[in-house]
Amino acid sequence: MEIEFKDVTFGYHGGRNVLEDINLKIEGPGLVCIIGPNGVGKSTLVKMINKLLKPVKGEVLIDGRSTEEMTHKDIAEQVGFVPAGTMDVFSMTVIDTVLIGRHNKSKWKTTQTDLEVVHRVLDMLDLKDLAMRGFNELSAGQHQRVALARGLAMETPAIILDEPTSNLDVKHQVYVTELLRAIAVQQKKLVIMICHDLNIAARYSHQIIVLKEPGMVYKVGTPSEVMTEEAIREVYGIDCTVIQFDGSPHVILKSAFDDDDVSDLVEVQ
Amino acid sequence: MIDSSIDNDHTLSPKVRRAVRKWDSPIETEELKESFESYHSYVLRKWIFMIACIVICIVTMGYTLTVGSYNIGFFETYSILWEHITGNVTDAMKDMIIVDYRMPRIIGGIIAGASLAVAGAAMQSTLMNPLADPYTTGVSSGASFGATMAMVLGVSIGSGSMTIVLNAFIFSLVPTAIIVMFARMKASSPTVMIMAGIAVMYIFNAMTTVMMLMADPNDLQAVYEWQVGSLGRMTWDGVPVMVGVTVIGVIIVQFLSKKLNVLAAGDDMANSLGVSANNLRTIIMIVVALMAAAIVSFTGLIGFVGLVVPHVVRLFIGADNRYLIPASATFGAALLILADLVGRVIIAPATLQVGVITAFLGGPMFLWLILRKKSKLWS
Repeated sequence: MEIEFKDVTFGYHGGRNVLEDINLKIEGPGLVCIIGPNGVGKSTLVKMINKLLKPVKGEVLIDGRSTEEMTHKDIAEQVGFVPAGTMDVFSMTVIDTVLIGRHNKSKWKTTQTDLEVVHRVLDMLDLKDLAMRGFNELSAGQHQRVALARGLAMETPAIILDEPTSNLDVKHQVYVTELLRAIAVQQKKLVIMICHDLNIAARYSHQIIVLKEPGMVYKVGTPSEVMTEEAIREVYGIDCTVIQFDGSPHVILKSAFDDDDVSDLVEVQ
Repeated sequence: MIDSSIDNDHTLSPKVRRAVRKWDSPIETEELKESFESYHSYVLRKWIFMIACIVICIVTMGYTLTVGSYNIGFFETYSILWEHITGNVTDAMKDMIIVDYRMPRIIGGIIAGASLAVAGAAMQSTLMNPLADPYTTGVSSGASFGATMAMVLGVSIGSGSMTIVLNAFIFSLVPTAIIVMFARMKASSPTVMIMAGIAVMYIFNAMTTVMMLMADPNDLQAVYEWQVGSLGRMTWDGVPVMVGVTVIGVIIVQFLSKKLNVLAAGDDMANSLGVSANNLRTIIMIVVALMAAAIVSFTGLIGFVGLVVPHVVRLFIGADNRYLIPASATFGAALLILADLVGRVIIAPATLQVGVITAFLGGPMFLWLILRKKSKLWS
């Protein structure tokens, strides 16, 4: 599986360009983390893969085929999606929620195959015993796993996750990211996730894409290549020390702001 | 190049390795069988609920036909009906009471209950809002405005005996048209759509109030009676339109019910699965507005059914729209004819309007169910 951005520029209607001339090739299998400051265009970038947003210039290719000539259904055959946050206005059971991921593969009636796939996914994510529980009876960590299960039930060679570890405590952040890495390897999938925790990204990614203001790709590479003190200073504007720990880079943040920066923040608030 | 196996990956905990390996290992047949059985019994419970509602409908229908201010015995009612079917009418008066007064009222009640409940369920799922119903989306206020206009000002789109109905029908579609146009122009969120509906509702209500202030006492009474929903006005003339629109509407909504489930996962998820959230919302809003309009223009404003029936049904069978839609139809039908029956016997020979009874019956029942239910119904 290969996803390529060719000279992609994107801007919201009437606004400035959020992303400018992006040229990027993401190859699977493996876990790819996209990092960068808030508002830099991480979600915008991944939403162009499944055509939730369309570039104003350039094209996105999935295995050499432009998404322009693919329908959403064609893309859904290739790329699964786990959006940020969870919707649960009218809570369905866990099993019904995961079955939504089978939408394009199943007919109106739920088939044995659908149930078998869902059973496997729930078993793998340790959710089997919660299958008949209401979605809104679960904890935030369980919500995230159900959303992941729904994405995996799509059975696609690639899956995109928009901040899957937000709202999770540190234990669940580690668990979900470990799962994603293991799934990428074991099932030969391309797993692309947006992540804010530099150390989680550094430890578990096979590849990291760093975005920097104003909407550009700053660096692409393995964690050791990308996670440098200089890169973090340039992208986030903060000082840090990067050490090697247990085979991965580990970022120790120093004081983030000087007096001027703090006064900036106060003004923004 | 990444390692091809998770075995040597020191970053992974044994728990995660074990979990992910399960994907490739064969599933235990017993375990899978148990899982299938538990899902099938879960689906069976939904069917049992629907069948129970249909049975209640049939029994109530059968009994309601024998009840009325003109005293006709239980068995006599059915022998008169049989005589009508076989074309051998012996008592024209009783035949007229049963066939021309009681039957359209019962059929109208079933159709109105089913249609309003499905409209409410579909609106709530489409707009992802538990307060969405034909009232909050402006359908009822539009109908009320149209009917008041015909009764007070004598201004109507059609002519003849159906002027009020036609006016109510046309104007009940105006708020939905505005909401849909609003949504198409701005690609609005469901919340914005429902806010637009409420804004339009207030505008129509204000215009209706202005007309009522100008009305003479007789017209005012007619408007007031129309606004309190009743099945008493039902005649055979209205039945074909109500049945036709409701049947077609329910079929369309049922056909789209699986897509409605996808919409529940959010617009991005739906769009990424090839379900255009905006188009689906537009189609559903137009279909259910037509359904609700076809009912309220004949019966007047019957509130509560569209709002509460879907919630009660969700408490029993869950929020899967594939079952919620037909179950709301059967429960709504049962509730409305049961409410009409109660309204006809409780202060007989006088009749309490069905809209009043649905609120009196349904309100406490709903509150009791919310208290009784352990899990949360909605977030």
